[in-house]
Amino acid sequence: MPSPRLAALLIAAALPCAGLAQQDTQKEVERYRQLLAEGNPADLFEAKGEELWKARRGPKNASLEQCDLGLGAGVVKGAFAHLPRYFADTDRVQDMESRIVTCMVTLQGFTPEQAMKNPFSAPGRPSDMEALASYVAGESKGMKLDTPLAHPKEVEAFRVGEQLFYRRAGPHDFACVSCHGDNGKRIRLQDLPKLTDPNDAQKIFTTWPAYRVSQGSVRTMQHRLYDCYWQMRHPQLDYASEASIALEVFMAKYANGGEIRAPGLKR
Amino acid sequence: MAEPMRIRANMTGDKVEVRVLMAHEMETGQRKDGSGKLVPAHFIQNVTVTCTGRTVLSAQWGTSISKNPFMHFRFKGGKPGDKVTISWVDNKGERRTDEAVIAGG
Repeated sequence: MPSPRLAALLIAAALPCAGLAQQDTQKEVERYRQLLAEGNPADLFEAKGEELWKARRGPKNASLEQCDLGLGAGVVKGAFAHLPRYFADTDRVQDMESRIVTCMVTLQGFTPEQAMKNPFSAPGRPSDMEALASYVAGESKGMKLDTPLAHPKEVEAFRVGEQLFYRRAGPHDFACVSCHGDNGKRIRLQDLPKLTDPNDAQKIFTTWPAYRVSQGSVRTMQHRLYDCYWQMRHPQLDYASEASIALEVFMAKYANGGEIRAPGLKR
Repeated sequence: MAEPMRIRANMTGDKVEVRVLMAHEMETGQRKDGSGKLVPAHFIQNVTVTCTGRTVLSAQWGTSISKNPFMHFRFKGGKPGDKVTISWVDNKGERRTDEAVIAGG
């Protein structure tokens, strides 16, 4: 058992190294990411998603190929670059996932409950939505994010998202801005983007959906938000809810112009 | 039913560079499910790669390989247009074979 004085000395000796070690670790994490990026397992999800997209399923025995993702029925290429957006047929602002749900309901005849039953996979319980989202997002790879903010409902969603982003609540008195309001913050080794800074937002927002190595699956933006809400100990954020989409509209405004690199790859 | 692999095979110089992604749970047998029961081990045990009938890679794998494994290797003696065939067998006897044509460099 070292004496308190010795312990203090040891801590003092360790301190100057801490900054350096941290830099090294970040460099190593960066190298690890690059190594992994060569074989992003999200490719497997894209392939499965394309198959699901074209498969005849549901009570109406129809495929999703005629789904209107905003660029007209049947256009998948580039659609993700303009989402979330307002859709006249549902009279609401929708993100990619809620729009896929709409298509599963209108084209394939699923009930909304069936379509939203398993949006997040667990070990041994894969999620069709994660595959479908990977495929749709992957079809906009390399394009620039360009979400509209013109329709009154889009503007309203942005305002709601802004309120939610800044509103502190819950037992920890947390808001999104607590973690995502400053540059250079991190949780353990994960860098936290400042989501209202276009430099950060453009780099990060457009990498979701992403394959999470630690979870062995693709996770979507809806899952990211759901998990942030859980981490803040806020009430559960419902899947494809108006609130979740409003937050996406808010974030997308700052991320506009960023190159889409989804599905990405994360720790 | 095992899902298809993603295979890319390209010439780099005189060697063939192969990248493979396999879809597999790769359960270690040490994880417990929600009710506390051990999830039985389920992993790829043997991997074989052949090119025009010749075995160019043969591997025995265990539970330390990650879920959805990615394998990357090079071999000599292939040429554009040749077929690379990859097969795996897991510890439950499930198997999957896929092939790809070597693309030019």
